[in-house]
Amino acid sequence: MSKGSLLRLQLSEDRYEMRLSGSGGQGMMLAATILAEAIGADPAKRVIQTKSYGPEARGGASKADIVVSSSEIYYPKALQLDLLLAMTQESLDKYYSDLKAGGTLILDESLVHNPPPDDFYGVPFTRLAREEAGNVMVANMIALGAIAAISGVVPTEALTEAVLARAPRGTEDTNKRAVEIGVREGEAVKARRLQGAPNMTQTPSAPEEAPIEVPGIVFPRCQFEH
Amino acid sequence: MSRPKRQLMMGNQACVQGALRAGLRFYAGYPITPSTEVTEGCARELPKTGGRFLQMEDEIGAISAVVGASVAGVKAMTATSGPGYSLMVENIGYAYMIEAPCVIVNVQRGGPSTGLPTKTSQSDTMQTRWGPHGDYTAIAVAPSTVADTVTETIRAFNLAERFRTPVTILLDEVIGHMQEMISLPEPGEYQVVDRVKPTCPPEEYEPYGSTDNFVNPMPAYGDGYRWYATGLTHDAMGFPTNRPDEIVVNLDKLRRKIEDFRDEICKVRADWMDDAEFALVSYGSVSRTALLATKLAREAGVKVGCLQLQTVWPFPLAQLRELLQDCTAVIVAELNMGQIVREVERVAPPQARVHSLLRYDGEILTPIQFLEKIEEVRS
Repeated sequence: MSKGSLLRLQLSEDRYEMRLSGSGGQGMMLAATILAEAIGADPAKRVIQTKSYGPEARGGASKADIVVSSSEIYYPKALQLDLLLAMTQESLDKYYSDLKAGGTLILDESLVHNPPPDDFYGVPFTRLAREEAGNVMVANMIALGAIAAISGVVPTEALTEAVLARAPRGTEDTNKRAVEIGVREGEAVKARRLQGAPNMTQTPSAPEEAPIEVPGIVFPRCQFEH
Repeated sequence: MSRPKRQLMMGNQACVQGALRAGLRFYAGYPITPSTEVTEGCARELPKTGGRFLQMEDEIGAISAVVGASVAGVKAMTATSGPGYSLMVENIGYAYMIEAPCVIVNVQRGGPSTGLPTKTSQSDTMQTRWGPHGDYTAIAVAPSTVADTVTETIRAFNLAERFRTPVTILLDEVIGHMQEMISLPEPGEYQVVDRVKPTCPPEEYEPYGSTDNFVNPMPAYGDGYRWYATGLTHDAMGFPTNRPDEIVVNLDKLRRKIEDFRDEICKVRADWMDDAEFALVSYGSVSRTALLATKLAREAGVKVGCLQLQTVWPFPLAQLRELLQDCTAVIVAELNMGQIVREVERVAPPQARVHSLLRYDGEILTPIQFLEKIEEVRS
């Protein structure tokens, strides 16, 4: 065969790549573990989850990748994302270019104020967590519900089961509620987009005066692991 | 029997599960990214099986406790990353010399020094072979999947006990932190090797006397056998010697107990090698990408084969010599500035050119990097 032909080879189409990204402390690693467990509960599916983070114990960009396939997954990391969840502006700016054309972008519109011009699904995960679920820490679980509803990568029942299997005792109801909120919002934003309505659940506004406080995130000074 | 439940597991957690199945009874460690989940897992699981867990003041204390536990008669392990391994080196050398079986897990990150705590690397490959000073032969295994990590950890313990020597499990950040769905093996699905204990009367026991396979039965301290363990070059009774003939016996024993039994230790996985013109040689996480690149190239009609070094040390000389004999080019891929490639150069046939495919920016080699290299080598 001619020179250069190997470089035109494509990776198998039987490969769905997702990245959950945000700031250290927002629970992206845990969310990715739960999502991978929910997907992997189906014996017909292969799933690999990898992570990448900086030396900071809190703060800094953090990302967790999930690759899903029905056959063996050799290369474990994401190459061209089919789905990107961005929980902060920083993570959106950093990883947006890894999203393939036509890929699914889901972002937290309570923390991302400068979304890209293309199509995306905006859900105010952090605000919903604080105001409706009553605990800002479950923003990641709301995001999982939205991912399930928007992408269909995992049945919502399997997701709920995986979330409850990991939920600390006494937090089951809050976490279950968070998934439900996420599914509801995901379905709503999907329906609106199918009707050609604007992406955002509300008109984009100027950034809130005070930054939203997310427990566990310490800016600007970071603690470093050694 | 119903299959055990499939579960999502990290390479580091799989290492703990493998160690427990191999009979781990003592773990001492000092947490360090990206190996911390091994320490955490042992802290949680080992006491449940009646074993002991100790978090030490540093890595020097950790390896010291592990060597002590080994001579006290139990299977012992520690886990660390490059900076911790550097601190452990002195007492790993001591374990080689007194022939104390133990397992050291090195979940590699970038170096030198504290380097890249959260990024992957394979830059400790040569340190694993040549860390402590002096002449000795090292054993190291390198898993490339989470399921492999369970079986290779069991194998590491078995090799340590069989050959009475430290064995290193070379993981890297990618394998250590990667999560895959696996089913843990049930008892009966794997073999467990225990150390041979002396059966002779204590007064006849020679801790380092001559044996057929250069390995001596090993009593636990307290079993009633007299055994003087010293880092000094020693005679058959374990006492320091300066006699040239005894020095040679001591050093030959350390080498030959492993070198003469390479077939028991060296394990190479070969895929698509039967008619391969080009061979990809790799180990650890890189082997995953190498397999994918091989598969893609084969689908395009290029005769590429893939060799995965499941045993990195001792380097599988004989296997590679045979497997590479008809190849015209060899590509050695690793996450460092070129370490195992020199070993491959020593065994490659005269007609084969050996090329390096390297990456040392903290990321893993991608399929396209492999395919570009194969194209470059073909032209």
